Amino acid sequence: MKEKGEEFSAEELSKILEKHRRDRNGLISILLEVQKEFGYLPKEAMKRVAEFLGMKPVDVWGVATFFNQFRLTPLGENHVKVCMGTACHLAGGRLVAEALERELSIKVGETSDDGYFSLERVACIGCCMLAPVTVIKDRIYPKMSPFKVEESLIPYRQESKPED
Amino acid sequence: MTFEEIRKRSQDQWEALDKGVYVLVGTATCGRAAGALDVIDAFKSELSRRSIDVPIIHVGCIGLCYAEPLVIISRPESLRIVYHNITPDLVSRLVEGYIIGDDPCLELALGTLETDGREAPYIPELARFEHELRLILRRCGYIDPENIHHYIANGGYASLEKALRMRPEEIIEEVKKSGLRGRGGAGFPTGFKWEACRQAEGATKYVVCNADEGDPGAFMDRVILESDPQEVIEGMIIAGWAMGAQRGYIYVRAEYPLAIERIRSALRQGEELGILGDDVLGSGFCFHIDIVEGAGAFVSGAETALIAAMEGRRSEPRVRPPYPAEYGLWGCPTLLNNVKTFSYIPWIIEHGADGFNSIGTAKSAGTAVFTLAGKVEFPGLAEVPMGTPLRRVVYDIAGGMRNGKKFKAAQIGGPSGGCIPESLLDIPIDFDVLREAGSMMGSGGMIFMDEDDCAVDTARFFLDFTTKESCGKCTMCRMGTLQLLSIMEDISNGKAKIEDLELLQQLSEDVKMGSLCGLGRSAPNPILTTLRYFNDEYRAHILEKHCPALVCRDLIAYHIIPDKCDRACEHCILVCPTEAIKGEKGEIKVIDQEKCSKCGACLEVCPPEYNAVAKISPISKLPPRVIKKEYSAIGAG
Repeated sequence: MKEKGEEFSAEELSKILEKHRRDRNGLISILLEVQKEFGYLPKEAMKRVAEFLGMKPVDVWGVATFFNQFRLTPLGENHVKVCMGTACHLAGGRLVAEALERELSIKVGETSDDGYFSLERVACIGCCMLAPVTVIKDRIYPKMSPFKVEESLIPYRQESKPED
Repeated sequence: MTFEEIRKRSQDQWEALDKGVYVLVGTATCGRAAGALDVIDAFKSELSRRSIDVPIIHVGCIGLCYAEPLVIISRPESLRIVYHNITPDLVSRLVEGYIIGDDPCLELALGTLETDGREAPYIPELARFEHELRLILRRCGYIDPENIHHYIANGGYASLEKALRMRPEEIIEEVKKSGLRGRGGAGFPTGFKWEACRQAEGATKYVVCNADEGDPGAFMDRVILESDPQEVIEGMIIAGWAMGAQRGYIYVRAEYPLAIERIRSALRQGEELGILGDDVLGSGFCFHIDIVEGAGAFVSGAETALIAAMEGRRSEPRVRPPYPAEYGLWGCPTLLNNVKTFSYIPWIIEHGADGFNSIGTAKSAGTAVFTLAGKVEFPGLAEVPMGTPLRRVVYDIAGGMRNGKKFKAAQIGGPSGGCIPESLLDIPIDFDVLREAGSMMGSGGMIFMDEDDCAVDTARFFLDFTTKESCGKCTMCRMGTLQLLSIMEDISNGKAKIEDLELLQQLSEDVKMGSLCGLGRSAPNPILTTLRYFNDEYRAHILEKHCPALVCRDLIAYHIIPDKCDRACEHCILVCPTEAIKGEKGEIKVIDQEKCSKCGACLEVCPPEYNAVAKISPISKLPPRVIKKEYSAIGAG
């Protein structure tokens, strides 16, 4: 059985690989580009990258799981990042993260079944003076609190409602 | 084109700009987060509505993050005025006032950059700037980071031109004499690193800039790269010339997309003008710089781990020696310095070693760049001479603690650093003093904590971070930090025994001893310093199940004070996510402790005139009546 979200375009992948030399030094930049294209690193794509660079798939997997940037599962349509840097932690970032988990009914690191939302914790986005910070899609929500969570999600919920 | 011709062109361009009215808007990531792009849109539409053509220039960050979005309006023969916290609806007022008319809109201004004795505060005389000394931040926020001519017109690349006329050994001697120490954290003397790399055998050498700023709470490298990337590039080219290297790399976190974009544009412009490339400024010296995007790993800050990542491998450090200066990237001699270290180089070449080492303390020359975050009035970025007392940073530069709270501690250097308590507020900050105090300069991230922050919880937070970021190569770091974290969790949960404190101390020291790189060697610092300076707090958690700062969740309870509850108000009931608050309209509200998730939403919404929700620790202090009532309620339900 095909895993959920495992579809990826082999053609797009080939386009990315064409731009690179068959040099394993370029592995991380290739993986970053693959992720930019597909939103995550599909297993099949990693196998193809390994083949291309003449590496064992496990070595590619080893690099992909080492770095924080790489994701092995697809993101939701509305990706929510909750900052857990030092300043955000002191300002109550954990409470915001928990409120998001409750509102979205998913845990940090998960994507909702309908694929509308995914929730991720990030270490610091460098906006410490606005702590605690949450990023929804690309918009930064400063000075969050558990109380503001529900409201901040409203526009995304409506936007993502399927048109019946 | 010779450098003279380039400089002439830059100066002409800058003067032409200065002859008219122009607007600078801070659009570094921090400014954007505060809404700077909306402000720019508002300026554009307001100006086009009035058919006025005024350049609006994206600049970096002048370090006053609390004042973002920040706008500077410059008019010929008049004062340059800095406006703070500008929102789109204030834009028409500024256009009407200071772009078209003669009203300087001083009520919106933070101050002026020149003074004519008028009422507006003169920015260089603000308490903050009086204590700052800006060497590497001096252009940040005043020039367009994507226009190389702005950099050159403001003194840029003159040092490179000078350096190319010096012999490499002379440059290295100058850097050695300046006393510059690496700004990446450990403070290794830069000149010695340069000398080792220069003397290392090998035809191919590399210069690498470490811009993998991973400390959660430090962002100065990002600000420098977003505000004045040419300064870093100039430092790297000079280093390349001194090393005899032909190629440089900037390893920058992928989490900093704007920094990457601005470096990319800076490199392209450098190449176009022949400042980078096969023949740097006509000297015959060939130097190219590429960007390598890091995929996010705190351990990559360690130089050998960074090299592993650049080679496309898992970012794990290795045993040194050999040092990267002899055996680095792809086995070639490699000079690896932090962003700020490279930024200082043009200044040192321009002003000479003595100009630099006359600033700061005997063993830590020059200035230090800090990010100020946490519970202070004016968070942001500051550059101060080494040796500045911490008290001055907290009270004069960062404006003191917010909401009149009491200073408790400053965590310096992020997860690798340690906290400095109030009793040490007067220590002069430099590499060695901080190390003696159990902390370290590290990234230069400073987080200020007040009485509402728990020392135990903060140390636990950092351990949680380092445990996740440990690469796993060294057993003591991989398993030791995990064990430390589990003890810290026991303490904040109230499950620890008093003997655990000794174990914590011992294990912390073992982890430091048994780890290869800076991550493991410094990961226990937050624990060791809090154990040293806030021992009472640890004991209260263990012996009394009491969290004095009311933070550790398992040791606190939320309680509605019956006498203060308004009865008619239902704010807390409506907001409680777990339906833990009971009470009909007109009745006193009561929190069901079994259901309460301790999110604090009730405390947040309870109107200030009632202020009826309180945090209590230890939990045993809850009035027995309340506990009984709730248990009976649960029984009935």
